Amino acid sequence: MKLRLLLPLAVFAILGGLFYVGLNRDPSLVPSPLIDKPAPDFSLPTVSSDGERISKRDLLGEVYLLNVWASWCYACRLEHEVVTALASTHRVPVYGLNYNDKREDAQRWLDQFGDPYLASLYDPDARVSIDFGVYGAPETFLIDRTGTIRYKYIGPLTPDVVNGEILPLVQRLRSAGS
Amino acid sequence: MRALSRMLAAALLAAPILASAIAPMEFDSPQQRQRFVQLTSELRCLVCQNQSLADSDAPLAQELREDVLNMMKNGKSDDEIRDFLVARYGDFVLYDPPVQPSTWALWFGPFILLLVGAAALAMAVRRRSRLSDDEGPKA
Repeated sequence: MKLRLLLPLAVFAILGGLFYVGLNRDPSLVPSPLIDKPAPDFSLPTVSSDGERISKRDLLGEVYLLNVWASWCYACRLEHEVVTALASTHRVPVYGLNYNDKREDAQRWLDQFGDPYLASLYDPDARVSIDFGVYGAPETFLIDRTGTIRYKYIGPLTPDVVNGEILPLVQRLRSAGS
Repeated sequence: MRALSRMLAAALLAAPILASAIAPMEFDSPQQRQRFVQLTSELRCLVCQNQSLADSDAPLAQELREDVLNMMKNGKSDDEIRDFLVARYGDFVLYDPPVQPSTWALWFGPFILLLVGAAALAMAVRRRSRLSDDEGPKA
């Protein structure tokens, strides 16, 4: 008899728990299936020069950050300060991946707000970005020495993410020798 | 009046076609168009997540539609096209998720709940009929 009274309470507790977990999840964040997979091959010109090309092969051997941005992307301006601060510490090379943009607009954006990137890959038709599974900007990938994607952050970077997740992971990837 | 309602019906029928034709797409044949519309309506747009690739006018959806069409023209099968998108965006792009351990609860949960409900109902009915037997005919 007592058990029967507890049953609705148990059902309520289980449902409540599920709803509570659901409330704290952001459905717009899609986990990338590319984590721990080789980064897609790319070879792109840079925003500042059509003649200069950077390929995946050029960047093998270093642990680097690839930050997806665009001049039309408001949230990219929000994280710009954080990216700039991170790049200025020289603790990890930061490359940009300019997504769905026009070269003039991208260049103007860099001139206006400052260019934190060693170089920004220019991907106007999102060919490479789609291979990376980019669906919005900003997104940030951490790629290891073997060219494997180790981490992805969706949305504007914050100091907490940089100091709490990215930099420790950079350290680990470097000491792991991979 | 009848002409008006016909026009209205035609406009309504045309709406989904117009929606998927934001970027002009060149189809080789009506069959190809049919297949394209079918396939892109099963795929989720990553930007506007409650819209299909066919419906969304987000720039990414437009680019992915072009990719899908190009792959179709290059003779890729529907499965190969789905695999291309799943490799980049995960099962999330599929409106029809595959049956695998992580989706068992999704696929089989409703049937389990149905069984639990049926069992509870059967127990309740049996108990009630036993109760009324015990009480016997009332005066």
